[in-house]
Amino acid sequence: MIELQITFSIIFVVLGILFILAGSIGIIRLPDFYSRTHSISKSDTLGVVFVIIGLVIYEGFTQSSLKLVFICLFIALSNPIGSHALARAALKKGIKPLLSDDLDNPGGKK
Amino acid sequence: MDQFFLYSAVVLTIIIAIPLIRVLKGPTLFDRLLATSAIATKTIVLITLLGFIYGKIDMFIDITLAYAILGFIGTLMIAKYITVTNSPEE
Repeated sequence: MIELQITFSIIFVVLGILFILAGSIGIIRLPDFYSRTHSISKSDTLGVVFVIIGLVIYEGFTQSSLKLVFICLFIALSNPIGSHALARAALKKGIKPLLSDDLDNPGGKK
Repeated sequence: MDQFFLYSAVVLTIIIAIPLIRVLKGPTLFDRLLATSAIATKTIVLITLLGFIYGKIDMFIDITLAYAILGFIGTLMIAKYITVTNSPEE
């Protein structure tokens, strides 16, 4: 039982670190600000959630693992909200998307 | 298992250094802010792994929670501040 727990914990942590690595490479490689928010809000959040789930599996049923689950939920809510707020501020500030259809009217407001 | 957590913490530290390039050479202000929030998110995982390495997860978990809330509120407030105020160059 304890070996199964350790095996699943290692699998989840390694998978999460791979997702975090993909998100970090995306911040460097992607061409536009709005496409960089994708790599942070999706890939990074999934990686963090995977790592914390792996640590919860290793910890077992304790009070600390309950707090870890709460941190997991909080990050899954707060990370997309933060990057969405930054993207909205950038759109209001007038930074245009790279492949916008009409460059005079970013965001499609009539 | 401690060895595995140590190795993954080292790898995660190297990964955290990657968005620092975007912080240094980002074209706009928003790129720098976005990379800073990404570093804050990854630091949460690093602090949790450090708690497992030292064996005092009860203490480190509260630090993690406070750090997560501080990073979130900081990013949100900076975005709101930039939206509301009129900068002099416009």
